[in-house]
Amino acid sequence: MKKLVQDFEVLHKKELNKDNFVLEIKASEALPDIKPGQFVNVLVENATNTFLRRPLSIHFVDYDKNIIKLYIKRIGEGTNKLGELEIGDKLNLIYPLGNSYSIPKNSKAVLIGGGCGVAPLLYLAKHLKEAGNEVTTILGIRSAEDAIELDQYKEYGRVFITTEDGTMGEKGYPTQHSVLKEDFDYSFTCGPEPMMKAVAAYSDANDVTCEVSLENTMACGFGACLCCVTDTKEGNKCVCTEGPVFNVKDLKW
Amino acid sequence: MVNLEVKLKDLVLKNPVMTASGTFGFGEEFADFIDLSQLGGILVKGTTRYHREGNPYPRMAETPSGMLNAVGLQNKGVENFCNDIYPRIKDYKTNVMVNVSGSLVEDCVETATMINELDHIPGIELNISCPNVKEGGMAFGTSCASAEEVVREVRKVYKKHLMVKLSPNVTDITSIAKAVEGQGADSVSLINTLLGMAIDAETRKPLLSTVTGGLSGPAVKPVALRMVWQVFNAVNIPIVGLGGIMNAKDAIEFILAGSSAIQIGTANFIDPCVTEKVVKGIEEYMIRHQVDNVTDLIGALNQQ
Repeated sequence: MKKLVQDFEVLHKKELNKDNFVLEIKASEALPDIKPGQFVNVLVENATNTFLRRPLSIHFVDYDKNIIKLYIKRIGEGTNKLGELEIGDKLNLIYPLGNSYSIPKNSKAVLIGGGCGVAPLLYLAKHLKEAGNEVTTILGIRSAEDAIELDQYKEYGRVFITTEDGTMGEKGYPTQHSVLKEDFDYSFTCGPEPMMKAVAAYSDANDVTCEVSLENTMACGFGACLCCVTDTKEGNKCVCTEGPVFNVKDLKW
Repeated sequence: MVNLEVKLKDLVLKNPVMTASGTFGFGEEFADFIDLSQLGGILVKGTTRYHREGNPYPRMAETPSGMLNAVGLQNKGVENFCNDIYPRIKDYKTNVMVNVSGSLVEDCVETATMINELDHIPGIELNISCPNVKEGGMAFGTSCASAEEVVREVRKVYKKHLMVKLSPNVTDITSIAKAVEGQGADSVSLINTLLGMAIDAETRKPLLSTVTGGLSGPAVKPVALRMVWQVFNAVNIPIVGLGGIMNAKDAIEFILAGSSAIQIGTANFIDPCVTEKVVKGIEEYMIRHQVDNVTDLIGALNQQ
């Protein structure tokens, strides 16, 4: 799949809560085929200490409107600068990057996300539903006030919540949710590494095929620098090109 | 029409813009973004005699105006290069050169010997300056005696263009440059990365798995320019300058300081189209300054 370098225009910025926001950005040309789990590498301009691009998950794609949605958490100068963008501002992207989640057919899939790691799961849920899968999403959040975009997930299947403080859904972590007593064929996860490792352990114990989306410090995002490797059973692999999605059986977890 | 052609001894480059090893993969990674045939040359990934897994992660830390890396020469070894990579890239319409590294002199010699057999590789860049391998690597390039030894032995077997990449992590780079010139190097490239480190104050931990790593990007440009200028005044072989070149203006500065050609490294990560833009920018500079041949700019620093 050909990678592109393109300017996008900021169409809309939606503040989800104090830490997270969604940027809707519009391409001037027709979007290429973008698969769930792929990411973009965004140029951050006018930031004193931000030198490299920022890799960000693709949250959703609207081909009719030529729009990509990016779900971003403010965690440092780079993402804070992106949070200061205004309608009409330009944003330069290298995209689409990385591999993607696999899309089985007519299976039972559970999507488990935590924190801003939920970013790629919405677009994945859409693809899974379109391929005839039964989609269940479990979102792990700290508190009810972090419950965001639930209605969008509900378009593609059942949605369950766990909160750490018990203010919504079941109290605890997503890997402790009671719906996991059901049988699933696939688990797809993105979020904090301890949570993904817990999903991997659950999947292993229940004979569920598990795919995780890894995060790593990247310089280029397209396989030139070899900075973002992760340790796999076949040696170091680049998260940017051979990931970010890995079957947990390939990882040394 | 301005003339961008330069020569590194017998090696003809259609323009002075090359890519720096370790920042351009095998060129294939950039084929979606640019026309590789528009470049003066490509330095492909650092290649060693045997497969290397490289260093553990984290391997990269961002710094103001630059980045630190500790990749540690991850590569599949020279046999893999000859058998699997070379057939894929041999027909690029540019000078494809291989960056050769090794922990032992014998490894460098064997690697160079194998690459010498590849018809479409007109030269190697002997890396005596990598700061990210525990043995050998930079150690070759930090004393005249060891630099002389490895260049002398490689020169015996390698018959095409031998460029030697110098380390900035020395007291006097000119003495190393003169030493490798004396052993038959056809050109020198400088600088490799500067040894640096980064710390997370919150966790009190180093940001790289290896604690120290190689600093690149605009942060190192003044050091690189100074060293190019010093070496230009010390040797008679061509210099290929690199270190923090982000645009055509930077490239021109390196040429004025004495570089016959330049390499672009870290900038490729931020703008994968930067090399083509630099070629065009050099051309525009020459038209604006009414310079017919880019060679007229080499070392043309006005010190009045």
